[in-house]
Order: sequence, then structure tokens, then C-alpha cells
Amino acid sequence: MELMVAIMVGVLVAAAVHLMLARNVLRFIFGLILISNAANLTIFVSGRLTAQSPPLIPEGADAPLGDVANALPQALVLTAIVIGFGLFAFALTLVYRTYQNLGTLDSDEMRLAEPREGEDHA
Amino acid sequence: MSHAGHLLFIIALLPFIGALVPGLMIRAGRTASAFFTAAPTALALVMLMILAPAVLRGEVIQAEIEWLPQLGLSASFFLDGLGLLFAGMILGMGLLITLYARFYLSSADPMGQFYTYLLLFQGAMLGIVISDNILLLLIFWELTSLSSFLLIGYWKHLPEGRQGARMALAVTGAGGLAMIGGMLLLGDIAGSYNLTDILQAGEAIRASEWYLPALILILLGAFTKSAQFPFHFWLPHAMAAPTPVSAYLHSATMVKAGVFLMARMWPVLAGTDAWFYIVATTGLVTMVLGALIALFKDDLKALLAFSTVSHLGLLTMLLGFGTEAAAVAAVFHIINHLTFKAALFMTAGIVDHETHTRDIKRLGGLRHLMPVTFLIGTVAALSMAGIPLFNGFLSKEMMLEEASHTDWFGSHYAVPVLATLGALLSVAYSFRFVAHVFLGPQRDDYPHTPHDPPFGMWAAPALLATLVIAIGVAPFLAEGIVTAAANAVTGADLHPHLKIWHGVTPALWMSVIAVAGGALLLMLHRPLDKGWIAAPRPEAKAIFDRLVAGIVALSRGITDSTHNGAISRYLAIFTVTAVALGYIAYAGSGLSAPTRDMLPVPPVIAVGWIMLIVSTISVVGMHHHRFRALVLIGIIGLSISAGFVYLSAPDLALTQISVETVTIMLLLLALHFLPKLTPKESSTGLKMRDGLIGLAAGGGVGALAYAFLMRDIDTISGFHVANSYEGGGGTNVVNVILVDFRGYDTYGEIIVLGIAGLLIYALMHALLDGPSARRLKNTDYSEDRSRDRHPLMMVVVTRVLMPIAMVVGLYIFLRGHNQPGGGFVAGLVVAIALLMQYMASGFAWTQERKRIEYHTLIGLGVVIAGLTGAGAWLAGQPFLTSAFTYIHLPPIEEFELATAMLFDLGVFLTVLGAVMLMLYSLSRIARFAGQTVNEGPMDYDPGEAAKDRDTED
Repeated sequence: MELMVAIMVGVLVAAAVHLMLARNVLRFIFGLILISNAANLTIFVSGRLTAQSPPLIPEGADAPLGDVANALPQALVLTAIVIGFGLFAFALTLVYRTYQNLGTLDSDEMRLAEPREGEDHA
Repeated sequence: MSHAGHLLFIIALLPFIGALVPGLMIRAGRTASAFFTAAPTALALVMLMILAPAVLRGEVIQAEIEWLPQLGLSASFFLDGLGLLFAGMILGMGLLITLYARFYLSSADPMGQFYTYLLLFQGAMLGIVISDNILLLLIFWELTSLSSFLLIGYWKHLPEGRQGARMALAVTGAGGLAMIGGMLLLGDIAGSYNLTDILQAGEAIRASEWYLPALILILLGAFTKSAQFPFHFWLPHAMAAPTPVSAYLHSATMVKAGVFLMARMWPVLAGTDAWFYIVATTGLVTMVLGALIALFKDDLKALLAFSTVSHLGLLTMLLGFGTEAAAVAAVFHIINHLTFKAALFMTAGIVDHETHTRDIKRLGGLRHLMPVTFLIGTVAALSMAGIPLFNGFLSKEMMLEEASHTDWFGSHYAVPVLATLGALLSVAYSFRFVAHVFLGPQRDDYPHTPHDPPFGMWAAPALLATLVIAIGVAPFLAEGIVTAAANAVTGADLHPHLKIWHGVTPALWMSVIAVAGGALLLMLHRPLDKGWIAAPRPEAKAIFDRLVAGIVALSRGITDSTHNGAISRYLAIFTVTAVALGYIAYAGSGLSAPTRDMLPVPPVIAVGWIMLIVSTISVVGMHHHRFRALVLIGIIGLSISAGFVYLSAPDLALTQISVETVTIMLLLLALHFLPKLTPKESSTGLKMRDGLIGLAAGGGVGALAYAFLMRDIDTISGFHVANSYEGGGGTNVVNVILVDFRGYDTYGEIIVLGIAGLLIYALMHALLDGPSARRLKNTDYSEDRSRDRHPLMMVVVTRVLMPIAMVVGLYIFLRGHNQPGGGFVAGLVVAIALLMQYMASGFAWTQERKRIEYHTLIGLGVVIAGLTGAGAWLAGQPFLTSAFTYIHLPPIEEFELATAMLFDLGVFLTVLGAVMLMLYSLSRIARFAGQTVNEGPMDYDPGEAAKDRDTED
């Protein structure tokens, strides 16, 4: 299981980085979604894997009866997922805004702030 | 801390406190401003005089307050003989300069500013000489560079002033940087940053292998500050400053800071061959070169500037000799140079002020027009020339005496001959100052008819000239302070006797040669000057400018090659660096043996895993089918949530599913408005590069994950599990962590989410006017518009689902504290339920039926969460401490009431508001882009149709 999880994280990161390096900002957005997932997974599994024993306390008890999954990374990742969504939404809005203003989805063509050598610094 | 220590602190602070006043007092007039500059200076001087007797007896006054003890930085000051000498010079000259500047500056100059800068500089300079901590000293050192920048560039309208200020800052600032390195090395060797400790550790420091680097770095700082060759060129350019500044900074104080530092560090650094050859040689070269250039300068202030360079070289050389007698001579010459050179600068300023020119070739014959100035200038110049009965003679004799028995690389003659040459040139330019300005025939073409200035202006130089003669005639007057300072420099117990007549010594002969030769040289000045002007000379400013231009070009080249405006390149650089750093860390320490066994893999999970891997790879390959890519991303997200379920994270699974849903909805909306065409792709080579970088990054993260997955950890989660129920009152540990243990984090996160929502709203709102708004309005979406946009089935199903989804949301929210669920998930679920209404019946139709503003929800959520947290204060607890109780209300079973629940309500509202605001902002564009508004909830309403049929019947 551990090996599979590691491979999964690796494949997600590799795909995400490849997508994010593309000039098409839409592919960048897809990459962003994947890398958020990969990052969340990495943080989550840093608490080590535990199958089928969630960190819940059974009724009538003060503490879980047996070993349970590591709860702290779960809490961290829970907010990370939501914040990741916020980041994604913001990036998407920026892409959309940029497209409306500049008329391109090619990140290399977006040169309002950094004109190419020899271009007018308008 | 002793009473004296308190006084020392006040002395150190007074100029800085005083600096606030003159800038304001200028409203009360120039004299008031000058008075309020003089007051703190005079007060500090009086306090210094109170401390002086003890210091002259050989005591050291100390004062210390801890500042940043972790860094070894403390605000500690000490006053010994050397410090007393310099502090006295700084404050005394400060008073004279304040007086002089009051009359020198014209009414057009902002005098309040000038005095404020002056006091800032004075405080910084004072700080250098009484710091007992080298880090503190460095701070003051940099402060003098900064405040002198302001003073040199005081006449902002003059380009020379600005350029000179920049050059001075660049050179002394660079030297200061080097010195920081040297001082840190020194502190490291000595094990303390306190000067008093370092001064005790001289032998250890000289024996250390880091001695030479430290020495060179510190000397770089000292040489740049004290304008030693080859860094001497900034000083003449700094003469663009008003003359009071030149007199104060560039003769009396700041340029002596380097000399002071060498004197201060003398017991630690001096006495080695490296010290002798670097310091003495630099000093000797500077002395001769400066004097030579000074002789041929026509600008009065430039002449004085180069003579200052020369005299600073003399001081450096004396300290470089490393003998105690030379140190005494150096200390004595510091005093003498201060008196005659400041007087000369002020004289030059008076001449400039009265005749409106400083060009020696346009002057001459002023002795009858300005008799007082003539007298002062002559006394000071004769002292500079080293004529007996003036104080310059005494220290110059001591210098020549030391030079006469110094060997240099085995040569007995090199140093004495060059020292005599320096003295000779010094005599020549000093005589020239008098002869070509004051003597000779009176002219009728002065730019302005000169006469003696008012008393206030010549009072200060006159006082200095009096000192010149007093010390020159009765040298024992200075014996006390010279002894105290020399003992502080050398750390020995010396009793030097300063006297005029030493008998017929080699030094006397050297002096005689110098005076005679100097007089001869002046007579030959006219032909020599022609030769000098014709001879090619390296122009320091041009070299400096070229150097600066070269550095600028280099940094621009580096910036342009890495920062070319293509985001993909930045990401590539960043990723490669991160992977490389990770690899270096791994290669550096290796890994321990694995300690965990792998979990078995159930078949269902294996299928999900394969789905995820295949989908991920397919997304990368998919360039043109955007909606298919979207479906694949959905599959990836859902597979991950299934994984969360199996790996004991039900809360994560719930959150992941709902976030995934919202994400896909948002993307669907956005894709509709983005062009269907894929922009030009990267070349195959670039794609290969991206692929390799991606593989490296993926491999790195995968290996990292595998490495830690196979090893056990020591975690703090045990605490959370153990205290979740007793301390937090909930049985869902994850939720308790979110709303209780780490509530502060959650509070921060919902605020961030709220801000993101508002930002998106703002970004989109701004789009609705301006050129892009017109483009939007003209977009034609008719082609890909569905004919059945609001299908009956969809509308009916979402309406039925709405209350169910709301109840589910409420349920998830309420049970969150004890079972999987909570504010985050509930907010997302309710958001999805509302969203479905938008999708089914269209944006405008739904919007009209919306009752609550989403902005309000965000604000309300944050406020509720904040107030809940603040409520803990009422109970005397820290922010966000939760409280809970169990309530039994028949017939409902016992339930829990916790403040954490209220906090979770804040989370719920913020998440709901933010998510809705994001989607609302994007879909509002659709409404704007010419989408028609439907009147009914669905395109074909069977109910309406039936009614129509009924009326027909």
C-alpha cells in the first residue's frame, strides 16, 4: 500500500509539474488542481497510513479503544483542501480576467509588466 | 550601573533626541534653530567634561543595557582616553560648526533640515567612538555613512552634490560591508562582541588562522572611510557639500573614523608584519600622493581635501608602524590636524562666501581686504606646513623621528625619504594656500568685492587658530589628553613629554629640508603646474563611473537571462532548484533503515489506484479535449476521496468530494467563456524538457513520501486523541482539533477564504466596465447555446433536492463535533444545493429570489467565529478557549452545547458565503454577456401549459 501511495503522489506531481510548465494557462490551472491534490496527499500520508480506524471516540468512552489514524495531518489537510479550492478559484478568475484584458491564454504572450527586449515599455 | 554610566548613556542619546528639534524650531527662526542644535551638543559636552577628570586619571567608564543578547548585541558604551579625545572633538567641533553654519548658509537653504542632519551625524559619530560592542559600533558606522550622504547631498539642486553623495555612500558603504564581515570574524575568534573582551584577546586573535582575513576586511572599512589610497577619490568629490559639512565631516570627524578604528583595534591587530606592511605602506603612499595632487589643485576646497587625504595617510602610517611612540605621535597629530584643518576649511568657506569663488587662480591679494581671515588662515596654514611654534610642527617632528628609524623591506631610506617628500609637498601647498590667496597684488576682478565676515562667522576659526598657537607654544597643555588617549590606544602606561626642542636630531634636518624644498617648489609652481596639466592622469571619477556602469550591466545581464517574463521558465528554475536541494540533503545524510511494514492492498483499492494513475497520465496527454480533461480531473478527485475513506479519514473524504464538485462546476462555468482554441504549444524540445523536470519532481516527491511512509514518527497527535473528549468535549478528534486545539489556525483560514472570495468578486466586478466589458457584451454564444437550457427534469429534481440537501447540510454540521462532518463540509454541501438551483433555472432567475448577500455571510461568519473566540476572555481564558456543557431537554435525548459549535457556525457561514460569492462572480459574467433572462423557472412548464389548456376549454 505504501509503495502505491508513494507512486500515486509521484505520478500526480510529475503530471502537475508538466502541466504547469506549459504555456497554455488553462493547462497550468489543471496542473494547479493536481498539485494541490498531491500536496494534500503528501501531508496526509506524512501521518503514516492506517486502514479503517478513523480517529473517532466511540460512545461511552473517553478515548479511542485501539490505535487510530493520526488525526493532526487530517485536520491540517482538511483546511488545506478548502484553502486550495480558494487558491484554485482565484487563479481561475485571474486567468479569465487576463484573457478578457489581453486576449490570450499563452503565458509567454502576457507581457504587460515585462515587455520583451526592444518592445515599448508602455 | 554607576552614576557615570548613566551620564554616558545620556551623552549617547542627546544628539538623537536633539535631532528632532531643529527641524521644527526653524519656524521660530534661524537663530532659534541654531540654538536648539547647540543646546544638546553643549549639554553633552558639559557631561563629557564632568566625566573627563576620571578618564584622564585612567579610569574607564562603562554602561551596559542588554539589547539582543541572543545575537551578542548589547547597548553598551565605554569611555576611555581615546573615546574621550574623539567625543570631545566631535562635540566641540559640533558647537563651532553650528555657529559657523548659522552665518554660512544663505536664507534660501533649509537650515532646519541641515541642523537635523548634523545632529544625526553627530550622534552616529559619537556612537562609534564610545561603543563597547562591535555590533553596535557597526550600526553607528553605517549611520555615519547614511547621515553623511544626506549632508553631502544637502544642496539637492547641484548635480555634483548628488553625485558626490552617491559616490561617498557607495565607497564607504561597500567598505562598511567588508568591515561587518571582519568584525564578525573578530567576534567569532574572541568569543565575544564586546570590545573590552576583544581588546584582552589580542594574542589569540593574532595567532588565529582567520587573523589575516579579518584584518583585511576591517582595514577595507577603515581605509574607505578614511579615504586611503586607492579609495581616496571620494573625499574630493564630497567637497560639493556646504563648507561647514566639509569642515566637520571631512576634516575633523568622519574621515577620522577609520583612523579611530585602527587606533581602537591597535592592541589587537597591530604588531604583525601583515599589519605593518599593509597599513604603513598604504598610509605612506596616500600621504605622498595626496600631498602631490593637493599642490596642483586650484579649487581651495579640493586643495584642502587632498591635503586631508595626505594627513590621514600620515596618521595611518604612524599607526601602521606599530610602535608606542608612533601611536603617541598619531594621537597628538589627530588633535593638531583637527585644529588647523577645520580652521582652514572655514577660512576657505569665508573666502568663497565673500568673493564668490574658490578658484585660487582668480584669487590673491586678499590680505588687506580681509585682514582677520588672512591672519587666521595664515596661522592655520603655517601649522599645516609644520613651522615651529605652531602645533603642526610638533607632531610632524614626532612623525619624522619615527620615520627616520623605520625599515621597510630591509631598506633604511625608503620610509624616511618618502616621509620627507610628503612633508615637503605639504609645506609647498600650505605656503601656496597663503601666497596665492592672500599675498600678491590686490586684484580688481574678484567676482564679488570681499571684506571680512561678521564676527559670528570668524569666531569659530579664530578659536581654533588660538588653539593652534597655544598648543604650538605650550605643548604641555595637550599632554594630559594625549597621554590618556595614547595609553588607551596602546594599552601601556606611557608618560610622553611633548616639547618643542628635541635637540639636533635627524628629524630636525628632515624638517629643514622639507621647509626649504617646499618654498622652492612653490616658486617653481607656475612651470610645474603647466607640466602637471599637460601630463596624462587617471581620472578617478571616470574609472568609478565605468566600474558602476559595469556592475549595473552585469546585474542587468543576470536579471534578463533568468527573469525573462515567461512564467514557465521561473517555475522550471524553481522546480529544478527544489529537487536539487532535496537531493543534496539526501546525499548529505542518507536514510535510516525502514521500520514499518507495508499494509496489504485490497482489490477495490487497487482498481481505484489504476483509475487514478491512468486518468492522471491521460490529462497530460489531452491537449484539445478540455471537457474530457475535466471529467478525468473529477475521476482523480473522487479516487482520492475513496482513498481517504479507506485510510481512516472520513472527514477528508467528505470535504474532498464536495470541493471536487464545486471545482468542476467552477471550471465548467469558466471554460464556457474561454476560447475553444488551444494556444500555440511549446516546441517538442521544450516539452521534453518539461517532461524531464516533471519526472524529476514527481520522482523526488514520490521517493520522499515512500521514505517517510516506511519509517515511524514521534507525533503529538496522541495528546489530541487523549484530550479530545475530556478537554474539547467532542468525539471526532479531527473536528475538535479544527475548532478547539488549533482553532486559531482555522480562524485564520476562514479569513483567507473570505478574502479570496471578496477578491474574486472585485476582480470580476472591475471587468464589468472598461473595454473588456464592451467585448463581453458583443460576444456571440448563440452557436453553442442549448435549445433546452433549463430542462424540466433538472428543475424539478433540484427543487426536490433543495430541502433534502439543506437538511443533510444541517445534519452534517450538527454532528460534526462527534462524527465526521462539521462546518467546512456543511458549508460546501449547502453551497452545492444552492448552486444546483442556479444551474437549473439560470442565474438571473435565481438571483432575483436570493434573500441574503454572500458578502454578508462571509462577514457574519468571521465575526461570529471571532466573537466566540473573544468570549473566552470574559471567562478569563485565552482567545478561542472553548467551553461545553450537556443539556437534557425531554423528549429530545441529551445533547451537547459547546462554544466550539458556535465557532463552527462561523466556519460554516464563511465557507458558504465565500464559495457562493466565487461562483456568483463568475456566473454574473454570463448574465452580462448577453444571456437572455428566462421568465419562468424552466423553458417548458407543464403546469402553465395545463392551465392554458383549461382556459381554452
